Amino acid sequence: MDFEPTDDQVALQTELRRFLAERIDHDARRAIAEMPGAVDRDLWRELGGMGVFSLTLPESAGGVGLGFAEATLVFEELGRAAVPGPLVGTFLAAGLDVDLAASAAAGEATVGLCPVGEPAFVEHLPALDALLVVDDGGVALAEPPAGARPVDRPLDPLTPVAVVEALPAGRPVGDGDLARELRTRAALLAAALQVGLATAAVEMATGHANQRVQFGRVIGQFQAVKHMLADAQVQVEVARAAVQAAGVELDDAAAGHQEASAARRAVDVARIVASRAADRATRACIQVHGGMGFTWELDAHLYLKRALVLDAGVGSPEDAKDALAAAL
Amino acid sequence: MRLRETPEEQAFRRELRLWLEETLPTLPPEPPFEDWEAKRAYDTGWQRRLYEAGYAGVSWPKEYGGRGATPSEELIFLEETERAGAPYVGCCFVSTLHAGPTIIAEGTPEQRARYLPPILRGDHVWCQGFSEPEAGSDLASLRTRAVRDGNHYVVTGQKIWTSHAQVADFCELLVRTDPDAPKHKGITWLIMPMDLPGIEVRPMRTLTGESEFSEMFLDEVRIPVENVVGAENDGWRVAMVTFGFERGTAFVSELLASKRLLADLVEIAKKTPWRGATAWDDAGIRDELVLIEAELEAQWALTKRNVSRAARHGTPGVGGSVFKLAYHETRERMGEVALRILGRARLALDDPTGVSARHLDHVHQRLYALSLSIAAGTAQIQRNIVGERLLGLPKDR
Repeated sequence: MDFEPTDDQVALQTELRRFLAERIDHDARRAIAEMPGAVDRDLWRELGGMGVFSLTLPESAGGVGLGFAEATLVFEELGRAAVPGPLVGTFLAAGLDVDLAASAAAGEATVGLCPVGEPAFVEHLPALDALLVVDDGGVALAEPPAGARPVDRPLDPLTPVAVVEALPAGRPVGDGDLARELRTRAALLAAALQVGLATAAVEMATGHANQRVQFGRVIGQFQAVKHMLADAQVQVEVARAAVQAAGVELDDAAAGHQEASAARRAVDVARIVASRAADRATRACIQVHGGMGFTWELDAHLYLKRALVLDAGVGSPEDAKDALAAAL
Repeated sequence: MRLRETPEEQAFRRELRLWLEETLPTLPPEPPFEDWEAKRAYDTGWQRRLYEAGYAGVSWPKEYGGRGATPSEELIFLEETERAGAPYVGCCFVSTLHAGPTIIAEGTPEQRARYLPPILRGDHVWCQGFSEPEAGSDLASLRTRAVRDGNHYVVTGQKIWTSHAQVADFCELLVRTDPDAPKHKGITWLIMPMDLPGIEVRPMRTLTGESEFSEMFLDEVRIPVENVVGAENDGWRVAMVTFGFERGTAFVSELLASKRLLADLVEIAKKTPWRGATAWDDAGIRDELVLIEAELEAQWALTKRNVSRAARHGTPGVGGSVFKLAYHETRERMGEVALRILGRARLALDDPTGVSARHLDHVHQRLYALSLSIAAGTAQIQRNIVGERLLGLPKDR
C-alpha cells in the first residue's frame, strides 16, 4: 500500500490547477454565466484538448489511459475553480458506445445528465448537444428536450435550469447495469467536485481571515474563527481521502483486484462525506466573510450553491445512504 | 495512489493471521475489572508471546530487536490483531510506543542495551510522567524541579494522568533542570526507576469508574545523572521526538474497534422493538448509523493516507490532529445514538442483560468517548494545530 499520489498524479493535478487559475477568475466566471447555458465552448474544447473528458479512455481509443483515481484529482480541480457546465455528463458520455462519444471526449460536444422525473429540471439546457437520462432500468441518450421553460431564478447563477414536463424517451444505450455503473461514476465525480469546492471555500475564507482586521488584530487569530475553519478543513481532508480511495477502488475493481460491491460501497462513503464537507466548508466561508459573505458580489455563495446543486444530481448522497443502509 | 498490498505485505498478513489463529485460543482469561496486577500480568504475557513469535516492537528497527516493519505492515499488524480479537497493547503502551522508540533515537548505547530488551520481552512496564496539575495543554510550563547533587538529580514535584503508574517499573519523566531558562529550554527527559524512595502513586478514579491514571508525588527522589536521555535542558526536543514516533497508527486499533461497535449497534437496532417496528426502521436512527459508518470508513481512508505519508516523510505531519478531530466527533455521536437505541438498558455500564450479542459495552464506550477530545492533546489544541500549521492562520499571541 502507498496511498500518497505519485509524481505523475501530482503533476497532472498541478498542471490543471495552474491552467484553471489563469483561465477562470472571478470576472471570467461571471462572464460565462452570461453565455448560452453558461457554457464557455472555447474553455470546453480546451478542457477536451487536455484530456479531461477522455481521461479514463484507453490510449488506443484516443484517450489518456488513466483511471478513476486520476479522475478524482482532475474533478477536484474543476470543482476548486467552480468551472460551470455539464462536466459529469460529458465525461460519462465520452465513455459510452455512442456516436457522440468522440466529440464529447474532445470537448466538442456537451452532454447533460439528468435523473428521470416529472417535471424534470434540466441543467445548462441551451448549451446541450445531448442529454443522458438515467433511471433504475437503464440509460437513454436523448436530444435536448424542446418546449422547456427556463427558470428565472436558478439556485446557482452558474447552473441555469429549465423545466420540462416530461423528458424525451431518447434512444436506449444501456440496461440497469450500465445505469448503476454511471450512477456510481457520477457519484464519485460529484464528490470530487465537492471536495474541490470545499477546498476553494476554506482557502478563500483563510485568505480573508489572514488579512481582515477587527478589534486591532486579524480575525484569524481569534479561536472562534480559527477553530471553525479547522473543523471545516478536517472534514475536507477526510472527504478527500475517501474520494481518492474510492477512485482507486473503482480502478482496482475494473482490474479484477477488488470486489465491485466493495468499490461501490467506497463510492457511497465518499459521496456522503464529501457532501457534508462541502456543506460545512462553504457555510464557514460565508460566515468568516461576515456581511460581505452574504452578498452576490462575493464568490462565496457560488461555492455553496454549486455544492447544493451537486447534491441533487444522479448518484446523490441520499442514494448513497440508502445503498449503505442496505449493505449494513 | 495504491491501496493494494505488495506480495510481501500479503505474506506478512497471511503469516500473522495464521499465528493469531493458533495463539489466541491459548491465552489465559482476561483479567478482572480494576485488578491492575492481573492486568499487568495479562498485558506483559501477551507482549512476551509477541516477542517469542518475532512480532514485538513490530515497527522498531531490526538492529534494536524490532521487526523493522514498514508503516504499511504496522497497519496490517494492528488490523489483523484487532480483527482476531487479540489483546490491546495495554500496560505496554508507553514502553513499546513511547519510551522504547525515544531511547532508540536519543539514548546512549548503554541505555539501549539496558532498557530495550526487557521492554520487548514484556519484563518492564513503563509509565509517562509528562503532565502536571498546572501543566496540561501548556506542557512546557511544567514545574517538577530536578536539582543536581553530585551524580544525582534530586527531583521534587507532582505529575498527573500517569497511566499504569501503580504497576510500572520505570517512568519517562520530564523535569525542570533550569528554572531561569525560557520554558522550553530548561527541561530534561529522565528515566526514573519506580522503586526509588520518595515516589508516591495515588490512583485516580475516572468517570468510567476505572483507575488507569494516577497522580504521582515526587519528594526528593534521587535519580542518577546517567538516566538523562539526550542532554540536560534538551528534554523538550526529546519529548517532541517521542511524540514524533506517531506514524499515523496511534488510533488504528480504536478505529477498527469502533467499526465493530457500529456493526454491533446495527444488529441491536434491528432487533430492538420501536413504535411497532424496530429501531432500525426508524429513519432518524438509521440515518445516523449510516452516517457514522460512512465517517468511520472515510477515517479509515484518511488513516491509510497518514500512514503512507509517514512512510514517505517520516511523520504523518498534522494528519494525526486531523484524524483525532474527526474521530472524536464521530465517536461522541455514536455514543449518543447507542444510548437512544438502548433505552433503559443504558442504565448499566456493562450490559448485564446481554443486549449485545458480541458482549460490547456501549454505555461504557459512550462515557469513554468523552476522553477522546481531551487525552493526548485536547480538541481545542488540535484545532489550533490544524488552523496554524495546516491552514497557516496566525498564532493567538
